[in-house]
Amino acid sequence: MSSHEAGSLHEAGAITGVGATRYMRGTDRTALSLQLEASLNAIADAGLKPSDIDGLIPYGTGAVAEDFITNFGIKDLRFSAVTPMGGASAVASIQCALAVIKAGLCKHVLLSLGRTGYSGGRIGTRVQQMPQFRTIGEFEMPSGAIAPPQLYAVMARRHFEMYGTTSRQLAEIAVSTRQHAIMNPAATMQRPMTIEDHQASRLISDPFRLLDCSMESDGGCAVVISAPDIAKDLRKRPILVMGVAEGHPDSPSAITQRPDLTTLGLAKAAPKAFAMAGVKQDDIDVAEVYDCFTYIVLCQLEDMGFCKKGEGGAFVENGALNIKGGRLPVNTHGGLLSEAHIAGMNHIVELARQLRGEAAVQVPDAEIGLVTGYGDMGDGSIAIMRRA
Amino acid sequence: MSVTTYDKLVPEPTADTRPYWDALHEGKFRLQRCAECKKVRHYPRPVCDACYSMNAEWFEASGRGMVHSWTITHHAFLPALKADLPYTLLTVDLEEGVRMQAQGRGIGEAELKVGLKVKVGFEKVKDDLTLAVFEK
Repeated sequence: MSSHEAGSLHEAGAITGVGATRYMRGTDRTALSLQLEASLNAIADAGLKPSDIDGLIPYGTGAVAEDFITNFGIKDLRFSAVTPMGGASAVASIQCALAVIKAGLCKHVLLSLGRTGYSGGRIGTRVQQMPQFRTIGEFEMPSGAIAPPQLYAVMARRHFEMYGTTSRQLAEIAVSTRQHAIMNPAATMQRPMTIEDHQASRLISDPFRLLDCSMESDGGCAVVISAPDIAKDLRKRPILVMGVAEGHPDSPSAITQRPDLTTLGLAKAAPKAFAMAGVKQDDIDVAEVYDCFTYIVLCQLEDMGFCKKGEGGAFVENGALNIKGGRLPVNTHGGLLSEAHIAGMNHIVELARQLRGEAAVQVPDAEIGLVTGYGDMGDGSIAIMRRA
Repeated sequence: MSVTTYDKLVPEPTADTRPYWDALHEGKFRLQRCAECKKVRHYPRPVCDACYSMNAEWFEASGRGMVHSWTITHHAFLPALKADLPYTLLTVDLEEGVRMQAQGRGIGEAELKVGLKVKVGFEKVKDDLTLAVFEK
């Protein structure tokens, strides 16, 4: 690898453990118990004891540091924080973890998320209660623009009008993701889907159809990030974080006011992460790309430089994202669209499994991969990793 | 049962934003601008991002603009919105250089295009609330 400037987090940490619960649509369990179960699984995967954890970055809604201290008997927790970026939080927390490890504060940082997105409060209608949505809560939601598919649809519509992108191109993303899910026993959605199925699904908020939208799930995922010098002696092959960044879009409080509706916060983060990693787009063997909606995948592929702005529609055509014969395998687990909506923590789990060679739907000999997050009104995050 | 309830989401104006809502309720479309450098800003907020002044003033805006993007909603995310389906949400570039979002009125799907000229209209939805809409 090339040299890296001071302040870089290049290989300042490694994923040493990943874990998940069963993914469900319907449970009487609490989000807290799901989050703790996933965490125990990740810690065991690393070959650690729960009390070895000395840093915590839980997802912004759910379990808090106190819950982990109480349940895991942690005697000397040295750091806790949250990274409040909605669906970009999980990957952004990788950056936070590396920073505190590099600073020498922690040896093992636990990232975790548990939710009852299906059985608890519905995602679409709790947005207005979140403080980062105060502005649109006052100025847009009273007009009936309430839920993410409505708020994000205007970005897709603008992309369609500017660049000729089509609903059939969005369907390509839904279909390849479903094909991966069908090969993954842990994935929720197992029914085959064709482009015609997508085109026949009902309109939610034009241009988004039902099959452009991710699902609501109950479950949890967790990731342990350890100091690299310790990681090499743990149970599993470490997955080194080569580059990581978060990016906040212009006008993060209201998509409406963004100068360019077709650019996300990821466009600011991706060049930093690639430079830190010392790799190029062509070096990426597998990409787990936050997929709350099909269009968000397309836009992120552009924002990461896999193709030029406006060319995402053509880029994804003809099964380009499919593990079988595609140019870039994307969301090999089935993503939020078809595996489960664990707010992208499941994407980090999947990338680590791919680079270890233990994924259910394995990209042969995957060596370098990336994972992204997308959240709230366009926040972005990205991590590029390699097997050690 | 003569009382009609309004159970859609309503704004909760603050000291920073109330002049906007008060004006709409009087049938006037006002925007906020910096009292120092005169930069127009929307949605209303306490600080000018160009000169950091906290002195703001309100002025009567043209209400004219052009469609930047849109979505037509076919799913009721609140029960109260079911009767309105499908409804069109327009994102509009106002002449004053800021954008806003509101429902369209009297604009068919076939007419929708980037650059379509629209103007602000007023709809009193309850005794103490008027919402902006866009008309041709």
